[in-house]
Amino acid sequence: MGKMLEVKHLKKYFNTPGGILHAVDDVSFSIESGTTLGVVGESGCGKSTLGRVLLGLLDASDGQILFHDKDITRVTKPERKILRKDMQMIFQDPFSSLNPRMCVADLIAEPLRVFHVCKSKAELNASVDNIMDIVGLARRLAYSYPHELDGGRRQRIGVARAIALKPEFIVCDEPVSALDVSIQAQILNLLKDLQEHGLTYIFITHDLSVVKHISNEILVMYLGCVVEKCPADALFLHQLHPYTKGLLSAIPIPRLREQKSRVILQGEITSPVNPKPGCRFASRCPYAEEICRSKQPELEEMMPNHFVACHYVREINGI
Amino acid sequence: MNLLEIKDLTIRYLTDDGDVYAVNGIDLSLSSGDTLGLVGETGAGKTTTALGILRILPDPPGKIMSGEILYQGEDLRKKSQEELRRIRGGEIAMIFQDPMTALNPIMRVGDQIAEMIFLHGNCSKDEADLRALEMLEKVGIPGERSSDYPHQFSGGMKQRVVIAIALACMPKLIIADEPTTALDVTIQAQVLDMMNRLKEDIGTSMILITHDLGVVAETCNKVAIMYAGEIIEFGTVEHIFNETAHPYSKMLFDSIPSLDERVDRLHPIAGLMPDPSNLPSGCKFHPRCPYADETCGREAPMPEELSSGHTIRCFKPYCFKGGVSNG
Repeated sequence: MGKMLEVKHLKKYFNTPGGILHAVDDVSFSIESGTTLGVVGESGCGKSTLGRVLLGLLDASDGQILFHDKDITRVTKPERKILRKDMQMIFQDPFSSLNPRMCVADLIAEPLRVFHVCKSKAELNASVDNIMDIVGLARRLAYSYPHELDGGRRQRIGVARAIALKPEFIVCDEPVSALDVSIQAQILNLLKDLQEHGLTYIFITHDLSVVKHISNEILVMYLGCVVEKCPADALFLHQLHPYTKGLLSAIPIPRLREQKSRVILQGEITSPVNPKPGCRFASRCPYAEEICRSKQPELEEMMPNHFVACHYVREINGI
Repeated sequence: MNLLEIKDLTIRYLTDDGDVYAVNGIDLSLSSGDTLGLVGETGAGKTTTALGILRILPDPPGKIMSGEILYQGEDLRKKSQEELRRIRGGEIAMIFQDPMTALNPIMRVGDQIAEMIFLHGNCSKDEADLRALEMLEKVGIPGERSSDYPHQFSGGMKQRVVIAIALACMPKLIIADEPTTALDVTIQAQVLDMMNRLKEDIGTSMILITHDLGVVAETCNKVAIMYAGEIIEFGTVEHIFNETAHPYSKMLFDSIPSLDERVDRLHPIAGLMPDPSNLPSGCKFHPRCPYADETCGREAPMPEELSSGHTIRCFKPYCFKGGVSNG
């Protein structure tokens, strides 16, 4: 075990005509090998950008990414290519992330071909068959094209491509958001099964029940910043940040209950372009005071392994 | 008299590649003040049902083959286009899933709301503008933004505008097709809360189409679960959530990851939704149902009333409770 990935003060800014867009702003965390880190947040909180920066699909503006203690923030193209073998991604939309003109076998063989993993055609075919078995795609589908398959099967191809090179680390960017619940459950089970062989995931999603199910640790993001970081169970038992509280209470629960007291967060996510100083959540926070609008709160360890960025976390939670 | 009563509605898409059996003989009834949740997975026929009620199916290929759609006792299938135009928007309004495409991008939002009021409200242009402004404030958008264009609003705000248009003429029935699916959870909570409040204010009924059972639990009093173009279970929200009788409904609940308990593996429903152009014989769910036997594959179950107001289409209600298992 040990730290597989460590991220220190990672920033990703985009220049836009309106100013500088702070997509990821000073994010730090680390992931132990074989575990899953869930990243949750609403649209525009920078979670997908974070995933892309980690894999080098976007360059970081500042900060460090360490993979097995080696700095991979800025590496040359050949080095990046070698890294890709160990770091893969599953994309959100299985409808647009697959080449419509390649059949299933070709799609799965592509990463193997790029890295010349197999020495002969026969070996390649055997590998593809093997991977199809692992992700639960019937071999008779080998020569089907993506448009002939349903969303669940397509996402299985996405998973197959990601695991083809036996990576250690996979960024899953909303892999089940486009799927129906009954199919979503199949893919989540598959990802869990694959993890038994020691895979490490970053699981990006906006769905808190999914993230709870799959993660060991959870990072809650709001407008580019981490507002809370803690073990998955702790987040649901005693979440501390007012945003996390609002987010959790907003989830409709498929059960009939007594009238629950809901805290409905008012307002909307503000613009990440040239953000104002202070806490990013201040404009929607029911507890915000003067200091929240002037000084940005730091992540503080409130309980073992439970970090929160809020000036008034003690007062709000009575700690 | 029920506000809306659907009897044996059958809708098919007649295409060159064969007929698609989208909606197969559904019965529904809705009283004044009801919120009915129409639940199902992609391709279950939820949206087709909604479009059928409003008679806005793309035709061709969509065709209502048989059945009655009684709105306040009158069959909408027998109405002329002229009469239907008065009903749509004025009496029955629709909220579409995607607010980005439901609004006219080159028309100010205030004008879009006023247009609806002017067409149905029997009033002057000036009065329509005034009432549009009121409507905008009612859905929580400051009046001064009425001269903005849709692209200047966020997704949640756009959906509020769409809702304002739908409610502008105080319709008696609103059909909302996945109104919050495109929105973030905190915004979804705001919008649902607002819809519930306005619905009560103007006393309208609603059909809420969704795939999210959580949304249903929080907003609906009646629920219809659709599968392959049929309503397989129908009842009050208590029937469906606390006395689930159909194996598909039960499995749908079980496949959702829970927020309260930690389970190692989820329970997906084996197999896939059947192709609506090639439906299985007998019960449409039997190929995926672990409790199915020969009868289920041979004969189609008819809707049967279990208790007052709770109907299901299944030969073996509550079968999952008896410990029946095929391993």
